[in-house]
Amino acid sequence: MAAEKSAQKTTPSLGDYFRSNIREYGLLIALVVIMLFFQFMTGGVLFRPVNITNLILQNSFIVIMALGMLLIIVAGHIDLSVGSIVAFTGGLSAIMLVKWGIHYSIVVPVCLILGGLVGAAQGYWVAYQKIPAFIVTLAGMLVFRGLTYLILQNRPIGPFPKDFQSLSTGFVPDFLYFLNPLPGTITNFFSLVVIVALVALAIYYGLRDRQNNDKHGTENEPFAFFAGQMAIIAGVAIFLGFQLSTYKGFPNVLIVMGLLIALYTFITTRSTIGRRIYAMGGNEKAAKLSGINTERLTFYTFVNMGVLAALAGMIIAARLNSATPKAGVGFELDVIAACFIGGASASGGVGKITGAVIGALIMGVMNNGMSIMGLGIDYQQLVKGLVLLAAVFFDVYNKNKG
Amino acid sequence: MDNIILEMRGITKTFPGVKALDNVNLKVREGEIHALVGENGAGKSTLMKVLSGVYPAGTYDGEIHYDNEVRNFSTISDSEHLGIIIIHQELALVPLLSIAENIFLGNEIATNGVIDWKQTFSRTQELLDKVGLREPPTARITDIGIGKQQLVEIAKALSKKVRLLILDEPTASLNETDSDALLKLLMEFRKQGMTSIIISHKLNEIKKVADKITIIRDGGTVETLDCHNEDISEDRIIKGMVGRDMEDRYPAREPKIGETLLEVKNWNVFHQHHRDRQFLHDINFTVRAGEVVGIAGLMGAGRTETAMSIFGKSWGHKITGDVLMHGKSVDVSTIPRAIDAGLAYVTEDRKHLGLVLNNNIMHNTTLANLNAVASGGVIDGHREAKVATDYRTKLRIRSHSIYQEAVNLSGGNQQKVVLSKWLFTNPEVLILDEPTRGIDVGAKYEIYSIINQLAAEGKGILMISSEMPELLGTCDRVYVMNEGRIVAELSKAEASQESIMRAIMRSGEKH
Repeated sequence: MAAEKSAQKTTPSLGDYFRSNIREYGLLIALVVIMLFFQFMTGGVLFRPVNITNLILQNSFIVIMALGMLLIIVAGHIDLSVGSIVAFTGGLSAIMLVKWGIHYSIVVPVCLILGGLVGAAQGYWVAYQKIPAFIVTLAGMLVFRGLTYLILQNRPIGPFPKDFQSLSTGFVPDFLYFLNPLPGTITNFFSLVVIVALVALAIYYGLRDRQNNDKHGTENEPFAFFAGQMAIIAGVAIFLGFQLSTYKGFPNVLIVMGLLIALYTFITTRSTIGRRIYAMGGNEKAAKLSGINTERLTFYTFVNMGVLAALAGMIIAARLNSATPKAGVGFELDVIAACFIGGASASGGVGKITGAVIGALIMGVMNNGMSIMGLGIDYQQLVKGLVLLAAVFFDVYNKNKG
Repeated sequence: MDNIILEMRGITKTFPGVKALDNVNLKVREGEIHALVGENGAGKSTLMKVLSGVYPAGTYDGEIHYDNEVRNFSTISDSEHLGIIIIHQELALVPLLSIAENIFLGNEIATNGVIDWKQTFSRTQELLDKVGLREPPTARITDIGIGKQQLVEIAKALSKKVRLLILDEPTASLNETDSDALLKLLMEFRKQGMTSIIISHKLNEIKKVADKITIIRDGGTVETLDCHNEDISEDRIIKGMVGRDMEDRYPAREPKIGETLLEVKNWNVFHQHHRDRQFLHDINFTVRAGEVVGIAGLMGAGRTETAMSIFGKSWGHKITGDVLMHGKSVDVSTIPRAIDAGLAYVTEDRKHLGLVLNNNIMHNTTLANLNAVASGGVIDGHREAKVATDYRTKLRIRSHSIYQEAVNLSGGNQQKVVLSKWLFTNPEVLILDEPTRGIDVGAKYEIYSIINQLAAEGKGILMISSEMPELLGTCDRVYVMNEGRIVAELSKAEASQESIMRAIMRSGEKH
């Protein structure tokens, strides 16, 4: 009887669906509300093209590190050392570029590898020696901060060659300037074309996926939600794209960040490695007994984090045009907060890339908006702390109710 | 003795969308042992939670009469105050604290927050004497066995002046000796006039101790049987539980036994933690195609350790010996290699070792063989969904879809998901460790049917079980283990509860 009943396909009502996925939609809605709130409070400054560009430049490295941190948190660990790795690799890149005069096309990959080695050095203790990540990376936080002071001899190094700087402060040139219909308002037509094309592709693939799912009998979200979500994302994307196109177009880091977000979304949702990380975070013993090499997997999540932190370190150094021993202080907290605001669970096994990215954007918009409003660092910290607590409380409340 | 201590009248409890209890009635006389039986999910635990105030008055309909008064408990301490104490299936002891500290946890003998240790220890000693536990009050919980931990829970209940003791599956993880001791203790308490309610799946034990049996099915009371008026057979109880006659608890099978698949030779293993202690000695056994081979033995005999040490050396240390498949030596030094060699191990602890509880059925099903639904490290979602759907249909996993999280499934369905996972690795030999522990009679039958079908497909099954009737009902051959050795091999004809126990006892005399 029960088997027959359950075999029937049940279509949950829209309300039910919203309630069971409230976390994801809630996050998106929260971001939009916060954006609108600050747009209003700052008298329209927030969405000015130059400020949107600033927002991207200020937050790209947080988003990039949040991608790696999410994997670490999903795997059931934590990494407190990323702020120090940022400073350390920034310092290494400065020494290589400025003191030794090595070309950036060599320095960038070398620094990424060094970041990976730093991650490996910490991952080894966590994965193979079973020392809690909290302790290992707390030690790493101190060690790499100390090493940074040591290699920089307590002094900032700069300025950087122009080509390296463009890694973080450059813009994608307007390849399609000759097609620009409104040269008066639009100064970078290429970026507008790209964003419209991306939105169109997203809608096309979204619809195609739904069709495929229907064909294979896989569950789809109700069409109203799909359409609503797509409308919000497309609207926001096109609006932001238009604003950017009236300024300098896409910053280079936006492209890097966009590609990485796409890559990590793919890894977490479609790859075997991603699936195994979720399984391991959900139940390490069961994953191990299912033939998953949990030690190696843990090790590589830390290596990955190191590489992303190194990338972030170079972006920050290039943006500030100097490597200082104090770079990246406290970044680990912003990155970790972004993941938790985005719905990751501190006990592992739960979390999404999109959540972490939106979490990082929420933090970024709040930082930026409050700065424009002229609120001091005191109030900013206070508000950010409360938002983090509220977001996690929302999770816990939903879980208990469900 | 005719005094009714507890009467629950017309208890109805609804959760959003589900009626968990529907007009349940329960009447318990003072000084009796009252058994509460029913399949998993029938509502036994919910009923006890209503009684103890976990679900406070007002969240359910109906009345609770205790000591001839209507009671409205709003917290657990309200009910404990009147001497109603529940001991849950998952023991609520703090592993690193001592027995004494656990017994008086939250109820310390103290003045102004300063604990009187002298009195604590002497009171603990009295309580331990009462339950017959010979351990010093200072022993840590983690250092004593699970059977003794159960006794500590009972001592803790006694310290709270218990009048109505409720035990939820008290013997589920105990071996027979410990179970017997526990049941004797309950009978001892009965003589002293204490009342107990016992929830259990082990019908033979219920038959041994219960005065009355109340059967619950699908959230409603079916009947209350009086064990003193008539001789109640296990089949009679099962009939009430499942609502039909269970002619045969073990589905019939015509064994078609083929060549030897798995052979383990001279397997010696040292203890995982006490590294200089040899735990398994010269284990030798074989499993043939189409054969169901049982391993019987008491708790701690080394059965699970044997299985896990063979499966990727996931237990133990300094492991020596050979594992052969089809007569050829194979490498089982890591779990992936053991899987490649054609082995699968279905753990006895499905919640902690078998399933990723917050993942859905589909993800759990493909976990051990993810590469089979992926190419180049990319998972094909549709292929994966198809695999999960196929196993869900084949093993009749009751769920609203393959996207339901494992944590929300009943024990029997969880076990089927674990089985799906291992079947999808296409093993030649499946090691099933307590495959029916804690699952209800109907689901057990289904698991046995699956085992039979696998054997019919030519797979070899090695089944570890603490329930002897289960081994006798399903196995073609039974090995008996005791103290880390295989002490007997019995054919289906030779195997009986007596012959297995005799083998264990005799081997005990030798050492």
